[in-house]
Amino acid sequence: MKIAFTTSGNDLQAPLDSRFGRAPKFLIYDLDSSAFELIDNQQNLNAAQGAGIQSAETVAKSGAQAVVTGHCGPKAFRALNAAGITIYTSDAPSVAGALDLYRQGQLKKAETADVEGHW
Amino acid sequence: MIVAIASGKGGTGKTTLSVNLAKMLAPNVQLLDCDVEAPNCHLFLEGEVHERIIVNRLVPHIDETRCNACGECARFCAFHAIAMLGTVPLVFPEMCHECGGCVKVCPVKAIKEKGQPIGVIEKRQSQGVPLVQGRLDIGVAMAPPLIRAVKACINKETTVIIDAPPGTSCPVLATVRDADFTVLVTEPTPFGLNDLALAVGMVRALGVPFGVVINRTGIGDARVHDYCRAQDIPILLEIPDDRRIAEAYSRGIAVIDAVPEMREHFLNLFNKIRQTI
Amino acid sequence: MKEIVVISGKGGTGKTSVTASFAVLAGKAVVADCDVDAADLYLLLMPTVKERHQFYGGNLAVVRKDDCIGCGACLAHCRFNAVIMNGRGAGEAVFTIDPLSCEGCGVCVRFCPVKAIDFPERLCGEWMVSDTRCGSMVHARLGIAAGNSGKLVSIVRREARRIAEAEGKSLIIVDGPPGIGCPVIASVTGATHVLVVTEPTVSGAHDLERVLSLTNHFKIPAWACVNKWDINSEMTEKIEEKAGQLNARIVGRIRYDRMVTMAQINERSMVETESACGEDIKRVWEKIVLQEG
Repeated sequence: MKIAFTTSGNDLQAPLDSRFGRAPKFLIYDLDSSAFELIDNQQNLNAAQGAGIQSAETVAKSGAQAVVTGHCGPKAFRALNAAGITIYTSDAPSVAGALDLYRQGQLKKAETADVEGHW
Repeated sequence: MIVAIASGKGGTGKTTLSVNLAKMLAPNVQLLDCDVEAPNCHLFLEGEVHERIIVNRLVPHIDETRCNACGECARFCAFHAIAMLGTVPLVFPEMCHECGGCVKVCPVKAIKEKGQPIGVIEKRQSQGVPLVQGRLDIGVAMAPPLIRAVKACINKETTVIIDAPPGTSCPVLATVRDADFTVLVTEPTPFGLNDLALAVGMVRALGVPFGVVINRTGIGDARVHDYCRAQDIPILLEIPDDRRIAEAYSRGIAVIDAVPEMREHFLNLFNKIRQTI
Repeated sequence: MKEIVVISGKGGTGKTSVTASFAVLAGKAVVADCDVDAADLYLLLMPTVKERHQFYGGNLAVVRKDDCIGCGACLAHCRFNAVIMNGRGAGEAVFTIDPLSCEGCGVCVRFCPVKAIDFPERLCGEWMVSDTRCGSMVHARLGIAAGNSGKLVSIVRREARRIAEAEGKSLIIVDGPPGIGCPVIASVTGATHVLVVTEPTVSGAHDLERVLSLTNHFKIPAWACVNKWDINSEMTEKIEEKAGQLNARIVGRIRYDRMVTMAQINERSMVETESACGEDIKRVWEKIVLQEG
């Protein structure tokens, strides 16, 4: 199974970015092979509107079945839900930290959007 | 004859001018309040709402039994109002611009449009002034569809005064477009001048004849006058900075009722506009 | 990172004068002018522009005249009355698109049977990063008669945030647009706090209610302050009571002062001139800082 983490860096030690729609990159981690790939989200970082929806599309295309991020707005929440992607929110400082918490089953599933949408 | 009252800067006196012109011309007039985000004309006119019309805009609705998940609608939508995730396209109505494109591009005719309320039109009759006012619902982003609905109520048989929203962007364009004349209200201050110049650019681009009314003459400097002279823009009226006017306004009283000598000035203004058209 | 947005509902209540004063009082903030439609803050802060960026907002349909066969499909499909027929007699009609009416939806582009309509990106204005006497400022200019102001507002806020992060600033002060529609929603969503500056008039009271309904709708904590309060003290009290009922905290009153216009003419904020209302604004700012912690 693959998990998408929002980040501004290039590896597991990089910080977990608190934004979903406007996250600079997604780190897609494969739990089975322990390998990861990076997907640039610069285009959405620059998208003024609908960034959450487009980021959700990007994550869905990557094949990830879960997202770990800081906060999730209403449009992204709806879009990820429709794609059958589970959303976890975390304030872990790094991707590795969030991954550990996930493995320990300590991340909480987001039941609703926890921030108001940006336009 | 349609006369729009506009201004780049807010709070320069658009509503004051609109209401007073309408009151003076009553009953041969219709007043439209197109500042649907902050509609204020009714505060200066008595009279209850006698008709209330809910205004809808059209947003796509997907018939899941027909949809084959081809994703064409999502690829087509220029406003990212449809996303293809999972097995059914997901619609984000708040992003929709009502172009109807998704309905047309769907190969299996699975998309229909449904009305979604965005605001109301309220009609009042006050001392011979019929007022048609748009009121945008809270949280709705797009004002132009409601403005167009208000303008669809125009009575072409009479003189129509339109109170426009401030600024120079989409809602103002939707309001001022196809007016016979636009009055730009400003004040003699640096902000007033800056925003007047923007508004002049807008009405020139639209090709609508226009003139300027300077409100609160005496509070600032002469730069607005100099600008109008240099640009060859007629100054149709100057309203003095008068505490009686400000106080009447604060209480919702029309200027021509509080300061009767202003009636003649407004009449002169209207005659100048009529001569121009 | 805190982001305070100054809005008003009704235009001309003194948003920009208050914002400029806050920028001076804060000293270490990034300032953003989100009233991209009628940007006035630069007249008080006199920025030196460091960077200019073009703003492309959506697309624009453009008919290639030589390829148009005059079938009228674009006219039939356009919902925005943006297609103009330049008829020179039957069968000779050549269609063009009025850029002021084009919404950029691409329906005509798609349905033109001979693919004679281009769909280039549309230049809608520019945004700038500048230096001012009170720090960095992000501001913008919407093109004449151009749309997409909400999108430009989003860019200005995003850049202000990026600069604040880069400069290690913890506060962004935003001058917002009037109204409650698209650019206002784009200005306030996700902000830490909104300050509503209103005036003691029937219009000010009416629009304050609408703008506070909006902040409640988006769950943004709001402060309220009545400018020129002494023009009608009875109305001021009514407005403050109403604001309280709508969950806004009152952070003071600012008196009517003719010096506001003089300050504008001298390109100064109120707190940089000797004025009674400058003192009032200082007290409002102190209250805000106290509540923000």
